[in-house]
Amino acid sequence: MSHAASLTTLPPVIVGAGPAGIRAAETLVRAGLRPVLIDEAAKGGGQIYRQQPDGFQRPAKALYGFEASRAEAIHASWRALLDQVDYRPHTLVWNSEGDELDLLQVRDQHYDGQPWQQLILATGATDRILPFSGWTLPGVYTLGAAQIALKYQATAIGSRVVFAGTGPLLYLIAYQYAKAGVEVAAVLDSAPFSAKWQASASMLRNPPVFAKGLWYLGWLKARGIRIEYDAHLLAASGEQRLDGVRWRQQGQEHQLDCEGLGFGYALRSETQLADILDCRFAFDELNRAWLPVRDAMGRSSRDGVYLAGDGAGIMGADAAEWAGELAALAVLQDRGMSVDRARIHQLQQQLQRTRQFREALEGAFPFPEQWAHEVADDVVLCRCENVTVGEVRALIGELSLQDMNRLKAHSRVGMGRCQGRMCGLAATELLAIGSGQSVADAGRLRAQAPVKPLPYAITPTVQQWSPSLSVAEEAEHD
Amino acid sequence: MTDIHTPGSKRTLGTDVIIIGGGIVGASAALALRQKGVAVVLLERDFCGSRSSGINYGGVRRQGRLEAQLPLSQRAHHIWARLPELIGIDGEYVRSGHLKLGVNERDMASLENYAQMAARYELPLEILDQQSLRRRFPWISPTALGGSYCAEDGHANPRLVSPAFAHAARRRGAQIFDQTPVSSIEHDGQRFIVECPQLQVRAPLLINCAGAWGHRIAEWFDEQVPLQVSCPNMTVTEPLPLFMDASIGIEGGSIYARQVSRGNCVIGGGQGYTTSDTTARPGREAILELMKIASALFPALANAHLIRFWSGIEGNIPDRNPVVGPSHTTPGLFHGFGFCGAGFQIGPAVGEVLAELIDDGHTPTPIDAFAINRFSTASSTLMSTCIVSGDE
Repeated sequence: MSHAASLTTLPPVIVGAGPAGIRAAETLVRAGLRPVLIDEAAKGGGQIYRQQPDGFQRPAKALYGFEASRAEAIHASWRALLDQVDYRPHTLVWNSEGDELDLLQVRDQHYDGQPWQQLILATGATDRILPFSGWTLPGVYTLGAAQIALKYQATAIGSRVVFAGTGPLLYLIAYQYAKAGVEVAAVLDSAPFSAKWQASASMLRNPPVFAKGLWYLGWLKARGIRIEYDAHLLAASGEQRLDGVRWRQQGQEHQLDCEGLGFGYALRSETQLADILDCRFAFDELNRAWLPVRDAMGRSSRDGVYLAGDGAGIMGADAAEWAGELAALAVLQDRGMSVDRARIHQLQQQLQRTRQFREALEGAFPFPEQWAHEVADDVVLCRCENVTVGEVRALIGELSLQDMNRLKAHSRVGMGRCQGRMCGLAATELLAIGSGQSVADAGRLRAQAPVKPLPYAITPTVQQWSPSLSVAEEAEHD
Repeated sequence: MTDIHTPGSKRTLGTDVIIIGGGIVGASAALALRQKGVAVVLLERDFCGSRSSGINYGGVRRQGRLEAQLPLSQRAHHIWARLPELIGIDGEYVRSGHLKLGVNERDMASLENYAQMAARYELPLEILDQQSLRRRFPWISPTALGGSYCAEDGHANPRLVSPAFAHAARRRGAQIFDQTPVSSIEHDGQRFIVECPQLQVRAPLLINCAGAWGHRIAEWFDEQVPLQVSCPNMTVTEPLPLFMDASIGIEGGSIYARQVSRGNCVIGGGQGYTTSDTTARPGREAILELMKIASALFPALANAHLIRFWSGIEGNIPDRNPVVGPSHTTPGLFHGFGFCGAGFQIGPAVGEVLAELIDDGHTPTPIDAFAINRFSTASSTLMSTCIVSGDE
């Protein structure tokens, strides 16, 4: 991973204005640079510290709870950066070719190119999804979406809601909804209660985070909110929209009426851009996913590309801030500028400790490995292309499939609008079991541009055919 | 077929015919040979049908092909008619009709000339003027002056069709090895000895169906083919209401478009770039240009989204014809590669022709134009005429 400092003349480019991107930008500005900061959202903060729309006036404490001071600090940094960076909100990076990014200005659907020599990817994460019967019904949301509805638009996903799955977000969202006055009918944790206790000893390495987790749990219990462990989603019921949820717990089936259901199994990294940029990937056991590799500073395998935050492995918002700063320091180092070595050491130590805590967290909220064994054949796996679990299982068997990209070619899983960002992980679990391989050996879906759907409106309307329109003098292909 | 396991060494197989390459040509040849009872081992470097055969546009058309290819293409047309019986799936093959548009008078004249030539090969093409084009295909913008319509041409899903030929061959008893690259080939005077990392195969006959890499194998036998790779751009939209009831090409070359029954519009055009010997990516400029042309031709795309781009590697030959037939240096060696981005439709017929050459010693289908020795004389002249200009 040699990142030579030769002839770096362009300002660094940062993709993503969440905690990692903002801290990276701040570090670069402090060193006298004017980075380009590209973000899909209207305002900085990322998903976790997403700012409410103009005109909304809820206090930070109401929106971010324990995280209010961190959120306010990030927002303050973002505001201070606005006239010191080349800021591009509402902008999607949908492709990269050579040393230029392809951008879509989302509001006016305009094309833009962005050359780069040093690029920090802080692309964040989305919910980790495992499908179940009825998960595509109106009224069923991911945990992240349920949280955004509340945090961003002050909207609940229903007046009586159930939250299910696993991960720290599960209890946080239940708390946020209950506090906002929504009836939380139950929290269904797929992890057994024993996992929490076994993990708690190592979680004590990070007392504040651990304390917060316990506090949410205690708060929910004190208000008599039902919490079930080892509870596995079976179905969201309803004709036109959700009217209830069924789950299985120690061999028994249970049912509850509800009009909103949030579910998710922690987070997964958004890695498509790193993939399109040809960064090398390696399987990461902790994240149970193929991730772009990075050194202790955040340098990827590709010269000039740096990785920070949850986009390169889920470590949480605090770690994202440190990794963002670290990646920016690497950028400065590689430009031949002097950096504070003591600060680098400190950041690396903080990240190391977070990694240990993250391992304990995985123990407390383990990935439900039995999902792929138990999920019913008639469950829709890929909602973009409407492919069921049964179809995928059958194809894996019939064609002796072993590789995710071949599974995609034969089944259409991952070929739709989301390109497997939602279903890819679940499909990999099914393929691993069906082919008798590890999840690592089942491989990963190759990312393909555009990272998200690209509107035809990006091209100017052509009224008159002219010879210059020809793509190339080219024969029609089969 | 013999299967000899020598302790401490790699697996050794003996067979009648070795096929290198599991694209649609190699897999069709394997199937056709099995139908004749010939023992076959097929070696595929990656997965059968995962390269250009599996990721091409999916056009199944005779219209627009060079005259020399029309007999082969007509033969393929009859094979496609019985696809389910042959490979066990319909492969989403539909005879939607293929419409080649003209956007100026010169192109219209060229389409008319082509139709007269095609009639001699019993390929009926209907020339449409602007008025009848508007009436029959109102979803095409008035940009087009007219077109040439071939009712029985159509399209299919290459992701499904090409691997299915390999599966059908396997069901018929062909031994097919995926992820088995060939590292060397020798001839001991009687048999070819093909070395792979975990396998050695011996056979008196060898077919080179290695696609865009076929010229390298030909070179091992001192046969030069001026093949150059190209990387066609492909795009697909989100599912849209069905409107495109014919597969579309443009005279003189430009974009080509079809809509599948799920509603996605597959649109190709322009060139991408290689990222390695075996991989390619779409090119930004060409994609944006493709979108511009497609939205000018098809107003229904105005509010659509593209959800995926891709490209692959094709082997282009200056005269735009493939190499099909016996080697001119090595008895027992046959070639079927270099289809210039247009091998999907004729692939199954090429497979049959190769099987006939091997089993019967001759084929009723004319293939002289595809002989490999056509490059050995005046090859510099051929290279200098390497201008790809439409389907003429």
